[in-house]
Amino acid sequence: MTTIGWLQISLLFLAVLLAIKPLGLYMARVFSGERTFLSPVLAPVEGGFYRVSGVDPNKEQSWLGYTLAMLTFSLAGFLALYAMLRLQAHLPLNPQDYPAVPSDLAFNTAVSFVTNTNWQNYAGETTLSHFSQMAGLTVQNFLSAATGMALAVAFTRALARSKVTTLGNFWVDMVRATLYVLLPLSIMVALVFVAMGLPQTLEASVTAKTLEGANQVISLGPVASQEAIKQLGTNGGGFFNVNAAHPFENPTAWSNYLNILAMLSISAALVYSFGQMVGNRRQGWALISAMAILLIAGVAITYWAEAQGNPILTAVGVDPALGNMEGKEVRFGQAMTALYAAVTTGLSDGGVNGMHGSFTGLGGLVPMFLMQLGEVLPGGVGSGLYGMLVFALLSVFVAGLMVGRTPEFLGKKIEGREMTFAMLAVLILPLVILGFTAVSAMLPFAVASIGTSGPHGLSEILYAYTSTAGNNGSAFGGLTGNTPWYNTTLGIAMLLGRFAYVVPVMAIAGSLAAKVKAPASAGTFPTDGPLFVGLLIGIILILGGLQFFPALALGPVVEHLAMLAGQTF
Amino acid sequence: MRDAVVKLDPRKLLRNPVIFVTEVVAAVVTILFIRDLASNPPQAGFSGQIAAWLWFTVLFATFAEAVAEGRGRAQADSLKKTKSDLVARKVAANGTTETIPASSLKVGDVVLIAAGEFIPGDGEVIEGVASVNESAITGESAPVIRESGGDRSAVTGGTQVLSDEIRVKITVQPGSSFVDRMIALIEGAQRQKTPNEIALSILLSGLTLIFLFVCVAIWGLAGYSGTVLSVTVLAALLVTLIPTTIGGLLSAIGIAGMDRLVRFNVIATSGRAVEAAGDVDTLLLDKTGTITFGNRMASDFLPAPGVTAGELAEATLLASLSDETPEGRSIVALATGEFGVAMPNMTFDAVIDFTAETRLSGVDMGARRLRKGAVDAVLRFAGLKEQNGPADFHSAVERIARTGGTPLAVADGERLLGTIHLKDVVKPGIKERFAALRAMGIRTVMVTGDNPVTAAAIASEAGVDDFLAQATPEDKLAYIRREQQGGRLIAMCGDGTNDAPALARPMSESRCRPAPRPRAKPPTWWISIQARPSSSRSSRSANNS
Repeated sequence: MTTIGWLQISLLFLAVLLAIKPLGLYMARVFSGERTFLSPVLAPVEGGFYRVSGVDPNKEQSWLGYTLAMLTFSLAGFLALYAMLRLQAHLPLNPQDYPAVPSDLAFNTAVSFVTNTNWQNYAGETTLSHFSQMAGLTVQNFLSAATGMALAVAFTRALARSKVTTLGNFWVDMVRATLYVLLPLSIMVALVFVAMGLPQTLEASVTAKTLEGANQVISLGPVASQEAIKQLGTNGGGFFNVNAAHPFENPTAWSNYLNILAMLSISAALVYSFGQMVGNRRQGWALISAMAILLIAGVAITYWAEAQGNPILTAVGVDPALGNMEGKEVRFGQAMTALYAAVTTGLSDGGVNGMHGSFTGLGGLVPMFLMQLGEVLPGGVGSGLYGMLVFALLSVFVAGLMVGRTPEFLGKKIEGREMTFAMLAVLILPLVILGFTAVSAMLPFAVASIGTSGPHGLSEILYAYTSTAGNNGSAFGGLTGNTPWYNTTLGIAMLLGRFAYVVPVMAIAGSLAAKVKAPASAGTFPTDGPLFVGLLIGIILILGGLQFFPALALGPVVEHLAMLAGQTF
Repeated sequence: MRDAVVKLDPRKLLRNPVIFVTEVVAAVVTILFIRDLASNPPQAGFSGQIAAWLWFTVLFATFAEAVAEGRGRAQADSLKKTKSDLVARKVAANGTTETIPASSLKVGDVVLIAAGEFIPGDGEVIEGVASVNESAITGESAPVIRESGGDRSAVTGGTQVLSDEIRVKITVQPGSSFVDRMIALIEGAQRQKTPNEIALSILLSGLTLIFLFVCVAIWGLAGYSGTVLSVTVLAALLVTLIPTTIGGLLSAIGIAGMDRLVRFNVIATSGRAVEAAGDVDTLLLDKTGTITFGNRMASDFLPAPGVTAGELAEATLLASLSDETPEGRSIVALATGEFGVAMPNMTFDAVIDFTAETRLSGVDMGARRLRKGAVDAVLRFAGLKEQNGPADFHSAVERIARTGGTPLAVADGERLLGTIHLKDVVKPGIKERFAALRAMGIRTVMVTGDNPVTAAAIASEAGVDDFLAQATPEDKLAYIRREQQGGRLIAMCGDGTNDAPALARPMSESRCRPAPRPRAKPPTWWISIQARPSSSRSSRSANNS
């Protein structure tokens, strides 16, 4: 660990901190339907959408209506993307004449992008046409992110309002999230990326003559635009297979900075918007603090573990000063790779700029554990916020029992109904992750896909299901995921991780919205102070730790101990 | 201990999922232990030990519950005993009395209760005054006065008359009396789950389910790693992970909570009521009888110019000797106590009783015509015009009125002697109680029919946060409605029948909830505050839980 490394990390968090308030206030205005400085340009476009689609923007939906609209929209998105991938040979913009994507891979990919996961069992540059990338994947990058934001905003309204049955209009929230937030920011970030040297072209590739005189075909494409929304929407699906480790996706330390900044900003700022919309900014900051503390701890542990290097290599004479450089890009180094790994998994981004599978045992454990905590640090755009709010409800419930009052969060009483749905939501993650991992670990043909034997192999499987169930999309590397078994089960894991989680969460929102918002009195447990932040962190860690530690113990922990004992896999 | 073993019945444990799972696991490990004994004796030591620990965990939970229940049962038994021994002297239509068991009393029966006897059932005093020891119900050792008419007429079965004789009309069927309900409550405490308890069980069941799954998954993952985890090990892991301690103690906590309340003389009609009480934001208190003693009491004598304090005190004492109202008695007490006037022993020529028209009372003895009463009435009696009295006298009257007191004037014939300061006396220690409530985050609001000046004076003396003066029942309702609309939870505390409409409002509110849930008991509960020297038996409080 170096001072420079820590400075780099601190500077980034400072930059995010500065972005939170203006962006958060802007989004709060957008989702409250107020005028913003972009309204003169965008309001007519927005109105046009409603006229064409016949949506009445003033008609609000109940939680069920909102959820059904979201499910219908996602299903339509999935079907469209699946069809596009299967028919890409007949569609335009296919300079490399790629054939149709096989059905299981198309299923996996379509699910992956609709659920904001962006797990990549395909290799973008050798499987997908430009049309599939741009009209298929990039469009879903926008829509799945906007869906997450809409759901989070609906949940926010449930807490902000008193005695109502409606949570807003899904279509309006979708359109506004895309039009006012994602699109302008993407254009801005994409242009900066182009300036940083990312390709943005419809050319398929350039051919270069190497020093040996051989011809090298270098893949190109509309990289910058996809890269921008990949990070802003916490999608993480890169244009190239190696994602942000590829020099065209992430050429410099500066582009790396912008990558991380872009993925963190909206998620963190949305929490601020939440505080603004429920009328308690301190509440927003309290949640942000809890997220930040856990995330920074994750960064620190990863950085420390990686900077220690591998004692086995040190023993054979490698200078330990550089740390464990296996699977890392020299232009980023330890600090930036550790930061990227923790942020991409604390978020639901899933882009990678190094191979997580090449991290040391503990270094690899952290990204996995951050995902298993529920990806709420600060999580995917929207999904992180509502995930965190479920944890907040659980914390408030535990605290409420301790102070002897019916637990309240922002004046809403938390009762049996909310607890039932909260538990249903919390159940999904361990069920999907551990269930599929255990089954895969026992099936010989599933085990055959892993790249390394021993505990590292188990980590590969565990990581894959953790990443998909959490809708993260980052990969450990090593696992050959493009098999019918993994394409199908990972797809199912993504579907359950997104929708089986969201439906109970929205049911909570519906139930909360109908309740009276009681004003805080001196006897109310304050949910915007350090005590609550501590409690929240405790609940997240205890819940996540108890659920996944036994599994982690058999994977990365064993690997770490084996490494110390001089054995590697 | 025997109860703890009986509670191991899986059908009974099904109510508590965490402990139920623990018991099932314990049973499985026991079977494995027996198998190991037969086939693999070295392993048996391990599985035997695990089995023992698991059974110990389950027993711990059932034992805790049994102990808590035992306490409640002992309490109910003692109450039942009070009840079963009761006999009643029923007054027949022709005036004769017959002794019958209290359980055969019907609504409308009139019973006679003499000093030393127990009141056989809940009812209303229709004749007589008696001091009653209600400590069996309220825990308050000082006897209280029960008299016919007014707010003090209700008596409770099982309490003991200490002096005098009263006739009581039974108003409640045997079996639904206050004591019966208390017994039912204490016995039934363990059978009702409160809303928070239900929510907590859901949380615990959810966690149990998750960890059950974790353990099954571990078995698969260990298989990959080439380790075979025995069922015994997994069982031990599961029981370590699931929240057994809190799950096991949950019902015991609930019962113990109710039990603790009973020891503080708070009787909750349901666990729901206890939780609602915890959520109360605002407490409306009736002034009379709750914050103050309810009777105005003489606190000072203010002589008119040219009259000594002793003279005034003596005259006032004489004028009040035959006045049996609480005010009259308090004047006597003040004169003989603080002012040291000896109790005179003389006969009066005439006793003038207070009437609503004359608004004064007093005695005639020889040449003296002593009168006390409303200021204007006494002035008129003394032949003075309204504003014609001495300036000092008028300023004293004004001062008393301003501080929320009631001035009474005293005159001997045409000679104006002075004023008596009648004061609504705030109960000692009430200010500290309100401060404690404030620290808990509960706002106190005093409700009174007094004028704003009086109300403000008493409010500041009692230390309430707010007051509602000249409150009609409609005003109280409006206030409650306004607070409820703001989402606050209101509790109402009073002892008079005039509180009934306001009390009903929070109750009816609870029935108007969008999703009515079945409830076993109406959301009303009794709170009895111990250190209440002479006030009524109980305050009634209702809530929109």
